[in-house]
Amino acid sequence: MTKTPVLEARGLTKRFPGVLANDAVDLTLHKGEVLAMLGENGAGKTTLMNMLYGLYRPDEGEIWVNGRRVEMASPNEAIHAGIGMVHQHFMLIPVMTVTENIMLGVEETRGLLSRIPMLGRINRREVAGRIHSLSQQYNLAVNPDDFIRNLPVGIQQRVEIIKALYRHADILILDEPTAVLTPQEAEELFVIMRNLTQQGVSIIFITHKLKEVLRVADRIAVMRQGRMVGTAQPATATEASLAEMMVGRKVILQVKKGEAHPGQPVLQVQDLYVDDDRRQPAVQGISLEVRAGEILGVAGVQGNGQRELVEALTGLRPARSGQVHIGGVETTHYLPRQVTESGVAHIPEDREKHGLVMAYTVADNLCLNRYYLPPFAQGPVLNQTQIDDEARTLVQKFDVRTPSIYTHAGNLSGGNKQKVIVAREFSHPVRLLIANQPTRGVDVGSIEFIHNQIVSQRDQGSAVLLVSAELDEILSLSDRVAVMFHGQIVKVMPIAEASREKVGLLMAGSATADTDEQVQPQVIK
Amino acid sequence: MELVTTVLQLALTTATPIALGAYAGLFSERSGVVNIAIEGMMLMAAMMASFVSAYTNSLFLGVVAGLLTGALMAGLHAVVSIKYKTDQIISGTVINFLAAGVTGHLYQAYLVPPRWPGSAGTFPAMPIPVLSDIPIIGPILFDHQPIVYIMVILTFVIHYVLWYTPWGLRMRAVGEHPRAADTLGINVYFTRYANVMIGGLLAGLAGIWLTLEWVGSFNINMTNGRGFIALAALIFGRWTPFGAFGAALLFGLANAAQIRTQTMFPQVPAEFLQMLPYLLTILVATLRRPIPPAAVGQPYEKA
Repeated sequence: MTKTPVLEARGLTKRFPGVLANDAVDLTLHKGEVLAMLGENGAGKTTLMNMLYGLYRPDEGEIWVNGRRVEMASPNEAIHAGIGMVHQHFMLIPVMTVTENIMLGVEETRGLLSRIPMLGRINRREVAGRIHSLSQQYNLAVNPDDFIRNLPVGIQQRVEIIKALYRHADILILDEPTAVLTPQEAEELFVIMRNLTQQGVSIIFITHKLKEVLRVADRIAVMRQGRMVGTAQPATATEASLAEMMVGRKVILQVKKGEAHPGQPVLQVQDLYVDDDRRQPAVQGISLEVRAGEILGVAGVQGNGQRELVEALTGLRPARSGQVHIGGVETTHYLPRQVTESGVAHIPEDREKHGLVMAYTVADNLCLNRYYLPPFAQGPVLNQTQIDDEARTLVQKFDVRTPSIYTHAGNLSGGNKQKVIVAREFSHPVRLLIANQPTRGVDVGSIEFIHNQIVSQRDQGSAVLLVSAELDEILSLSDRVAVMFHGQIVKVMPIAEASREKVGLLMAGSATADTDEQVQPQVIK
Repeated sequence: MELVTTVLQLALTTATPIALGAYAGLFSERSGVVNIAIEGMMLMAAMMASFVSAYTNSLFLGVVAGLLTGALMAGLHAVVSIKYKTDQIISGTVINFLAAGVTGHLYQAYLVPPRWPGSAGTFPAMPIPVLSDIPIIGPILFDHQPIVYIMVILTFVIHYVLWYTPWGLRMRAVGEHPRAADTLGINVYFTRYANVMIGGLLAGLAGIWLTLEWVGSFNINMTNGRGFIALAALIFGRWTPFGAFGAALLFGLANAAQIRTQTMFPQVPAEFLQMLPYLLTILVATLRRPIPPAAVGQPYEKA
């Protein structure tokens, strides 16, 4: 590999009100390499990439592409300079076809009116032809006429990559590309990335997953708190050394937990059916059981009915049929408050929408599940002194880093928001904990803390239902693993039998993960 | 037969402002800006067209004034919604009230005796040679005043622009997922301003139809809810030109039937029959669940 720098950032600085998001960041990308950008949420990776792609204007610093200084005033300049970006949340229009999405902004026209800017007739066949040849060249199979909304995320990602290549990008920025993929899809992506670099494309690969970095990167750059803290070579780096660079201190990656001692069943679900927002069946006949003192991890790619399952269990969404029992009492049609009062703690998937009231103070958020009970309420009146006292205790106990208990929840970092939720949910008697994506978008330090809290709930005898799309989280916390696919539990196994490969295949809907038995919806016992 | 022909001819005529209003909404909403101010834009344009044509005695200048007025009103809505990111429903409501107030005042001050300068008249009917002589179809389709023909032609033009050109693709992209469009270097703000203002021109044309083609003079609140029915036609027509045209025709038909039946059944109160088109609007609105452009009503905030 030749060491020609194709992209250089020199002293890029970006300030947002109250935050120094990027502090004199330098970055060099060589031709044909995969440079992994590692850093926690909020470390400034995305800010840096948005500057390289012209979405943000840097306050200071320069960007050089192929030895030429480029002023990135808008994505137009970046595209022109050969930079393409695949955003973490895909920038695709669901109601349009692959072709329409790819040509948007660089349409080709034909016919009489094509001399008039923007009013010529779009030449779909020509565009589809170019898409076809690109997909052949880079081994990215897509059907140009498919509508985006009908495509699985793995294919949507390919469309995003083709979109960049269609604009002649030879520098690709992939922002957390594996976050939405199954382990197998991620493997396919890594093959595609290799394919691209062999044909001269240079790739910046943003991630916070250490395993992947070691697996695919040619070089690793680590950011922390807006600064570039160093680079590493995958040959010599280890997960532990990278984590330390990311966080700035030693991190225990492995959750310490002892043997589970399961007791009586706490959560029992029988043949549950739940519809999604569009009234389509999302949960299709799930039966499961979680015992006191054990963690049942539900693995699955996002959007396979996990959200609807959790919402039905917590009373937020009506079940179409089936039964839910908590502690032997039927709770199928309970209101959320009744569910809470049955001893359920709930860490919701979207903490900003369903976990906290962003415009309330930390103190008020901490008593949302009990404000109507004494000593917080005296008749119809709230006792703010009691609420504040309780908040001070909880903030201390759960290590919530907040300027004060009167700070609005919306101003906290992701990890601290999540700690407020955990603190609140654990502050009443719990016998069942339902945690949905408890550490999504949370910094490594807080992940460690939240994982320990979940394990200690188990050790105190709570049943824990853990739903997560992060396979590592499932594998390190669970005592048993259930795999959800298309609204059904396709397999349940003790942790000892749950290998990454096996669970990954089941998550992708492959029934061949287990050769000796037919995989089908089954009751967990 | 005679009756059917005249009812159908009248249906196409009275469908004209509804269809034009719906196309106005189409440009605005497909690019992501809710437009409930079509009514106000129409009313203001109707008034200005009448005012200018009466004082200059030129229908042509009246048309220019009406179009400009529509575009200016739309520009106001665009600035308030796109630049200042005000709630688009509120902006639309305010524009409707503004139009009602301003037109009412100017009417009282300049368009009634003693200062009324007289009317410049209306556009003449322009029967198309040969075609208008075809029995039944001739009078229904080919014996109209000019704006009716323009409306029909625009239906095809807009269909082409929306589905077959880069302009239409970008406009739909901005209305569905503005950030995606932005990351591809498409100027979201420009796209929205341009389309909202094109919508204003069309609303202006609908207003011009009222004074310079239909009535011949301005009356207080003469739009009479046509701007809102246009919106209903747009929604029922699923934000497509042919759909909106069909829906507008349905309302035109109800309206034409209403006008004709008034003379046939004098014992039925006229007000009762006048309810028909509006009743139909409610009925039709409940029939299908519309799926609007995904980003409609959301101001775009650059990263």
